[in-house]
Amino acid sequence: MRARTPGLWAARILVVALSGFAVSLGLAMATQAPASAEGEIIRVTLATSLSGPIEGVEITVTDDSGDEVAQGETDDTGRFEADLPGPGQYTVEINADDLPEGVTAAATERVVTVAEGAVQRPAFALSDGSTGQGGGAGRIPQLLVEGLRFGLLIAICAVGLSLIFGTTGLTNFAHGELVAIGAIVAWFLNVSAGVPLIAATAIAMVVGGFVGWLNDVALWGPLRRRGSGLVAMLVISIGLSLALRYLLNIIFGGRSQPFADYRGQRANDYGPISLTDKDLFSIAISLVVLVLVALMLQRTKIGKAMRAVADNRDLSAASGINVDRVIRFVWIVGGALAALGGVLFGLSDEVSWDMGFKLLLLMFAGITLGGLGTAYGALLGSIIVGVFVQLSTLVIADELKYVGGLLLLIVILVVRPQGLLGSRARVG
Amino acid sequence: MSEFLDILALSVKSLVSQSAVFFALMGVGLNLHFGYTGLLNFGQIAFALLGGYGVAISVSMWGLPLMVGVLVGVIASLVLALLLGLPTLRLRADYLAIVTIAAAEILRLVFRSTPATPVTGATRGLSGFGDGFYALAPFETQRTYDFLGSTWTGREIWACLVGWALVTLFSLLIWQLMRSPWGRVLKAIREDEDAVRSLGKNVYSYKMQSLILGGVIAGFGGMILVLATGSANPDQFQNANTFLAYAALILGGTARVLGPVVGSMILWFIIAFSDAGLAALIRNGLIPDEILSAPDVANIRFILVGSGLMILLVFRPQGILGDRREIVLDAH
Repeated sequence: MRARTPGLWAARILVVALSGFAVSLGLAMATQAPASAEGEIIRVTLATSLSGPIEGVEITVTDDSGDEVAQGETDDTGRFEADLPGPGQYTVEINADDLPEGVTAAATERVVTVAEGAVQRPAFALSDGSTGQGGGAGRIPQLLVEGLRFGLLIAICAVGLSLIFGTTGLTNFAHGELVAIGAIVAWFLNVSAGVPLIAATAIAMVVGGFVGWLNDVALWGPLRRRGSGLVAMLVISIGLSLALRYLLNIIFGGRSQPFADYRGQRANDYGPISLTDKDLFSIAISLVVLVLVALMLQRTKIGKAMRAVADNRDLSAASGINVDRVIRFVWIVGGALAALGGVLFGLSDEVSWDMGFKLLLLMFAGITLGGLGTAYGALLGSIIVGVFVQLSTLVIADELKYVGGLLLLIVILVVRPQGLLGSRARVG
Repeated sequence: MSEFLDILALSVKSLVSQSAVFFALMGVGLNLHFGYTGLLNFGQIAFALLGGYGVAISVSMWGLPLMVGVLVGVIASLVLALLLGLPTLRLRADYLAIVTIAAAEILRLVFRSTPATPVTGATRGLSGFGDGFYALAPFETQRTYDFLGSTWTGREIWACLVGWALVTLFSLLIWQLMRSPWGRVLKAIREDEDAVRSLGKNVYSYKMQSLILGGVIAGFGGMILVLATGSANPDQFQNANTFLAYAALILGGTARVLGPVVGSMILWFIIAFSDAGLAALIRNGLIPDEILSAPDVANIRFILVGSGLMILLVFRPQGILGDRREIVLDAH
């Protein structure tokens, strides 16, 4: 039973598909050049960060009937350009033997379709070994730190989700939208209104807290009082998530956009790892905030009340805790934290309308791993998921790294459904 | 006025078009899961994806005949149901929900990833696998026909005919099953799992059978979708579609044989009407471009569906045909 997860099934497709391909970082991309209005052109630029532009690589262009259209070598800027007889489908092939020592191409052939009057720039993914693909142990410390950063930001988003589940039993599928709303509010303040990002983040957190409060006052509180069932609430949260997500799409647009501040920072070397300042600050801020949350849960009256309600709602109500007030506070804290998480995610991966949904499934993975409904479990689980997602890029393609996190979620449910810190009774 | 009639004709066409067929099939499967057994399957689209790609990959990549492709699609959906069900059907309802939604996202991401190109065609998808299907049509599929006030291609008509035949077939099957002892056990599981267990029934096995049958029905939906559109593309199988199917099911009435069918038709009438109506309003300048531009219209449907889902669940969870006493509202 253990081995037969859908994950393994998916992994099997993946393994088949992966043959012949590999993770590669040194993307050989064409430099930007204005498209010429007349003929169709194929332009290839070969370069990696270590070797720089690569000269003297033989390139052959053939059309769809297999006839050779152009042939040549890259020049000292690593460039090769071919004029084409017309629009159509072409195959561009590079001679891998000409590549310098240590540089490998994931694929030596690209099939491109060239539209009329277009300049087509096929990209060959070249790897110069600097990022140690496959089992490259040199990359592990770097990925661990990146994973820590990512895990901490998942944790910030997920603490609220977990506390809401713990105190109300609601599996809130609309929590991802709280994350996206925070990031988008900060983006508009930062990019359109020119507010510095730190101030914008503070405002976004206030807005996030307000949205969380509004969630409880306008929707979940009344539903709770009506005695709505958990499944009904689950489907309602899906509806809310869907409506909000596509509303954000209309407001923000379908493309992902970076913040105006802290763009294009260079990475500084710290021993075996290199980090940009914003990554470093992201880790520091996450740690400080999470320690504050932990202190609140541990030391303050409201924090203790939150844990009590999460543990046993009826008993806490009987011992004089105002359960509704505690839940409202949980929503406010959860909303504000989700907004902060959204800004941190936007800082590293750009802001987009569907970032919330992408993160939501990883948050579920984190809190399920840690144990549904426990605050510290969410923390621990999220960090493990973050590290796992980053480390998974050692063996799978970068674009599939979230798949690794989701697979982890399924495996946890098979092996230990109550999570690391959860109690067996919750599984039911 | 003529513009209004066009919009109306388009909406009437949507009542019976391929989208309505697709969501009706997804909904019939979901009805078995959610309506009759009380399973929260949030990854129904994954079954459709496997069904659709089963046909597409078998025919256009492996060169197999259409019928073998259909078999591959059915087996793929069946295997997915087993894989999802084995670990989660023993756990609480929301675990299945989380696992199925994650599995649907995993499959879509894997199918659209670059390393999967040799098998799935990645983001460009697959096409050119429908010839065997259209060769079966007893009429000319290359020309267009006027029907219900709008123009149909022969291919559309054939795909929809086959689709509605499948919907009828599966609806009859569900109707008969639900009158059988097997169906009564499923409903009993929905009402009180422990009571059924105490009667000596293997609840786990019944849930698994329900998950498999409903998943395979959705697999057929996916096949009709890719055959009707002529291409299999991972973005046809967005996660949000599962919730469109939920909306159709809940609108029509859960735990009613005709609920998902009626719901899907009405849902697509509403969606087509709002899409075409909004587009016309924007074209005529009645809605200024700053508020809503033409590309945004496609997103409005999800906002409508999302809010509709919430309103239905809060005020009328039984939908149009349903019976409130038969609706699962609480986890068990």
